[in-house]
Amino acid sequence: MKKGFGSIVLDASFRVLVPFTLVYGVYVLVHGEYSPGGGFQAGALLAVGIILSRLIQGNEKALFNIKGNVALILAGIGTALYALIGFSTIFLGGKFLEYGRLPFSVHDPAELHALGMLGIEIGVTLCVMMTIVAIFDALTGEEEGI
Amino acid sequence: MKKVSALLMIVLAFMFFYTASSLPQVGDVNSPASQHVSPRYIEKGKKETGSPNLVTAVLADYRGYDTLGETTVIFVAGIATVMILRGKRKGED
Repeated sequence: MKKGFGSIVLDASFRVLVPFTLVYGVYVLVHGEYSPGGGFQAGALLAVGIILSRLIQGNEKALFNIKGNVALILAGIGTALYALIGFSTIFLGGKFLEYGRLPFSVHDPAELHALGMLGIEIGVTLCVMMTIVAIFDALTGEEEGI
Repeated sequence: MKKVSALLMIVLAFMFFYTASSLPQVGDVNSPASQHVSPRYIEKGKKETGSPNLVTAVLADYRGYDTLGETTVIFVAGIATVMILRGKRKGED
């Protein structure tokens, strides 16, 4: 058994809670089209996984050590991904978020819908997750300033 | 001034309670809110969006602009929070 994190509580939290939370977050994200869930909830769950790992391991040695500036940039990329998918269908001759116009070669329109929804939900997830991580980073005060 | 505002609050509260008593019941099928676009979402949502989950169909398809706005609001709120927290710390030094 590898060296623990100092106490049995931290060990159990890290080895049980963090992987479960991350896997559950990804499940909520990719299964959001069929069951309750979706981008916002998945983003919150993944952010909880990242914040737990930072709380337990310490900010420097953490498994997912994402700094505040990087987190904000990634949040912007998430928002831009949503807007890109939404407005690209306008430029391809459709309406906003008309998934049938997406330039992927799949034979089934429903599959195109699922792809488009997964794309925008990944964007929402990235935005929510990274915003929470950035706020956590600013609150704990590890950032040196802009 | 305090008495005037308290009186105004009481009058407003009575007005709101009186108005709320004539609102339709929650889940009433004959209320105007349930007759406008909701039947179409419920009846044709599966066919038009291809999503078996009605919430996702409304969120990611019918109300796509709304969700874009929500995402942008979260992003902007995060930026504002981070800027305020960092600025405060810089001022304390």
